[in-house]
Amino acid sequence: MSEVLLRLEGVHTHIGRYHILHGVDLLVPRGELTMLLGRNGAGKSTTLRTIMGLWKASEGRISFGGQDITAAATPDIAQAGIAYVPENMGIFADLTVRENLILAARRGEIDPARLRWVFGLFPALETFWSLAAGVLSGGQKQMLAIARAIIEPRELLLVDEPTKGLAPAIIMNMISAFRELKAAGETILLVEQNFTAAKMLGDGVAIMDDGRIVHAGTMAELAEDAGLQQRLLGPSMDTHQ
Amino acid sequence: MNSLLSGDFPRSRLLAAILLAILFGLAFAPFLFPGAQPLNVAAKICVFVVLVASYDLLLGYTGIVSFAHTMFYGIGGYGVSIALYSFGPEWGPMALGIIAALAVSVVLALMIGLLSLRVRAIFFAMITLAVASAFAVLASQLSWLTGGEDGRSYRVPEVLRPGFRLLEEPLFGVAITGKILSYYLVFSVALVLFLLALRIVNSPFGRVLQAIRENDFRAEALGYRVVVYRSIATCLSAGMATLAGVLMALWLRYTGPDTTLSFAIMIDILLMVVIGGMGTLYGAVIGAALFTLAQNYLQVLMAQVSEATAGIPLLPQLFHPDRWLLWLGVLFVLSVYFFPTGIVGRLRR
Amino acid sequence: MTAVAVTLPPKPKVDWVPLAIVPVLALIALPLVGSFSTWVTLTVAALAMGMMIFLMASGLTLVFGLMDVINFGHGVFISIGAYLALLVLGPMAAWVASDSVIENVIVLLACIGVAMAGTGALGWAFERVVVRPVYGQHLKQILITMGGLIVAEQMIHVVWGASPIPISLPTTFRGAFVVGEAAVERYRVIAVVLGLLVFAAMYLVLNRTRIGLLIRAGVENAEMVEALGYRIRRLFVGVFIVGSGLAGLGGVMWAFYRQTLTAGMGMEVNVLIFIVIIVGGLGSIGGCFIGSLLVALIANYTGFLVPKLALVSNILLMVIVLLWRPQGLYPVAKR
Repeated sequence: MSEVLLRLEGVHTHIGRYHILHGVDLLVPRGELTMLLGRNGAGKSTTLRTIMGLWKASEGRISFGGQDITAAATPDIAQAGIAYVPENMGIFADLTVRENLILAARRGEIDPARLRWVFGLFPALETFWSLAAGVLSGGQKQMLAIARAIIEPRELLLVDEPTKGLAPAIIMNMISAFRELKAAGETILLVEQNFTAAKMLGDGVAIMDDGRIVHAGTMAELAEDAGLQQRLLGPSMDTHQ
Repeated sequence: MNSLLSGDFPRSRLLAAILLAILFGLAFAPFLFPGAQPLNVAAKICVFVVLVASYDLLLGYTGIVSFAHTMFYGIGGYGVSIALYSFGPEWGPMALGIIAALAVSVVLALMIGLLSLRVRAIFFAMITLAVASAFAVLASQLSWLTGGEDGRSYRVPEVLRPGFRLLEEPLFGVAITGKILSYYLVFSVALVLFLLALRIVNSPFGRVLQAIRENDFRAEALGYRVVVYRSIATCLSAGMATLAGVLMALWLRYTGPDTTLSFAIMIDILLMVVIGGMGTLYGAVIGAALFTLAQNYLQVLMAQVSEATAGIPLLPQLFHPDRWLLWLGVLFVLSVYFFPTGIVGRLRR
Repeated sequence: MTAVAVTLPPKPKVDWVPLAIVPVLALIALPLVGSFSTWVTLTVAALAMGMMIFLMASGLTLVFGLMDVINFGHGVFISIGAYLALLVLGPMAAWVASDSVIENVIVLLACIGVAMAGTGALGWAFERVVVRPVYGQHLKQILITMGGLIVAEQMIHVVWGASPIPISLPTTFRGAFVVGEAAVERYRVIAVVLGLLVFAAMYLVLNRTRIGLLIRAGVENAEMVEALGYRIRRLFVGVFIVGSGLAGLGGVMWAFYRQTLTAGMGMEVNVLIFIVIIVGGLGSIGGCFIGSLLVALIANYTGFLVPKLALVSNILLMVIVLLWRPQGLYPVAKR
């Protein structure tokens, strides 16, 4: 197994009076795409938000590249090299596509070669370059959100349900984009409900239930074992969009 | 007792003792503290208990801030004032004035509530501030109706006038005049209204309000129409404030902007709620009693300090009785920071 | 790669309707006012007032948009800005009364400079001491900032006395231009020009600079700006200071306009400002601009036609706008 980039140990998170994460242990190896699966409400999004420092872990330890980021502020975590695509995409609707991307470029300038690569992944963004992001379709917004996360090289991408609510054709488009990201050597932690997509992308997989990781292993192993799938994910997983 | 207090007990010996002392003091005020001034203070406490309790219904129980509470209070006062002034000192016109005032208040509260609460609760504070200041300007400008800046004195029904004697002989050495009757009217209506408010906050309705205060998204998700509940709370609170205004108008036999609509009264109410304790109606009793008493003595004290420090720069101005509001403001900010649960919260710990 | 059918989204439309209300309102008022010259005077007065209200309100709406902080004590900066002008007007009284245009302009600029620096510094302290401990708690925010307003207003009484203080305009700015039959006061024109300059500057900063980009993004979704690696807090403190400074500027302008200082002036304007930012849409600078003009026009026209209803008419405006667009004229897209 390759070097571990992100490590969560016994992470607990409380939101107000609610105890959401009950000791999450998770490893994300460098250069791999790790899928985070589980039912609605299992705590997947909360896990990503806790990594980002948007909720504070009340217990446990999160380390990124050997550095303890458990109590770090969100901007510091981002500057350490983690990019985040939230479930609601976090697009700035009143800003243009260009402005959305420029914000993600720390020095205020986008590297032209990198931009061409991103346009290659998501051609729609070039077409709508100077339109307000709010007028884009759901799929285009999702592309913009991912483009924003990769417009400059980052060490780790956290992506929350990129296929949610998208049409099948767009989902295929999204899957091939992630394949290219994998080929480029990006480390990705991807939350997904769509098991078909997960099967096609994941190297490693972790499954959450009730605020804990209940299974961790390789995607290939899980994809072959229908019984395990049934037990861990229930019958509804595959049809869920 | 349980049903009278709606099962909401003070839950602290000391608190219960203080409350009983206040109740006792108010119930026998004419006999315990004879004289016009103490009786005035007692009546003011009664009225403010109702006013502050009704405000707490909004601030403490529903979690929304209103700056229009004095407006509703004023509507009650002006309702009585206009009715008695225009149609003579009879019970009929008075009843009419009260009903009209209640109707105006509730409709106004409903409009403000529906307009602002469906967007964001924070709108409510801003809109009530705007509406209340417009109302205050309006009340002082429409002098043909309200008496303008000077306000209006009027006569109350005969039984409530100081000249009226209920008994030939004094009772326990106190002549039972219309003023005493008037006090007992104020006292008993205030008591009933307070118990009613206690009933409301301990009803299922009151519990939904508190659930909304804790987490409005969750309450909405559980199927409660947050806007509807908040609007009803607004109307109830406005109605009660109106009745408090009615009581004050009857007691003072005068209604003017300074006694009803001024922003200083709004600050008084806020301070009483915070000092007594937000989210508990007993806080209203303690806040109103303590504050009204303090007000009567502290202003005298400030005048003395101001005189004693004459000659020193700035200090006399700081302690000038007109700067009363300065110290209230400081006290208010400090209590919100360091004392958010108020006296009742402290006693219950 | 799968080819995806690319359908062009609709061109984003500029929302003209709220913009159009301003001239339409002015035109409707013309026949009601009756006399053209009176109408010109009223309209210019309204534009001047609108610009000043905009100066005072813009900071408040941005502060709300960025951090969801509602500052009920914003009026403090208006009153204090106005009173700080006294520090200049006292020693420089000779220059106020002098006939030299240059000396007059210097006095005005000095007043503005002192007021903005003072209120900016005060804003910094206010954010630190009063606002910071109550982040994310609206109820306490409202109570505490309102308490701060009262204390500050009373402190003005303590320092400068309780009675209103008359101030006079530098000589050059007194009097009026006569255009045809209409008299247009010079100072009002200056207020309009100054207001437009600030609006233009603000527009440029917001739309052409990186800080502006961050502010616009932060108003929409502060959390995402943080997740992109920016410290929104610093940005917020900056906006708070600038907003307080602008309120101080507005306070000076307003004081010269009324030629009287009262401690309660901030509180009075506070009410108008709240109406403006509710009408405009919380967090929206464009909405704040239109809202300021609308409120000022309505206040001036009704002030002339039915003087007793001036303030009530603005409440009515607010009610109508909220019934039409519950989030205000230009709602800010929120996460």
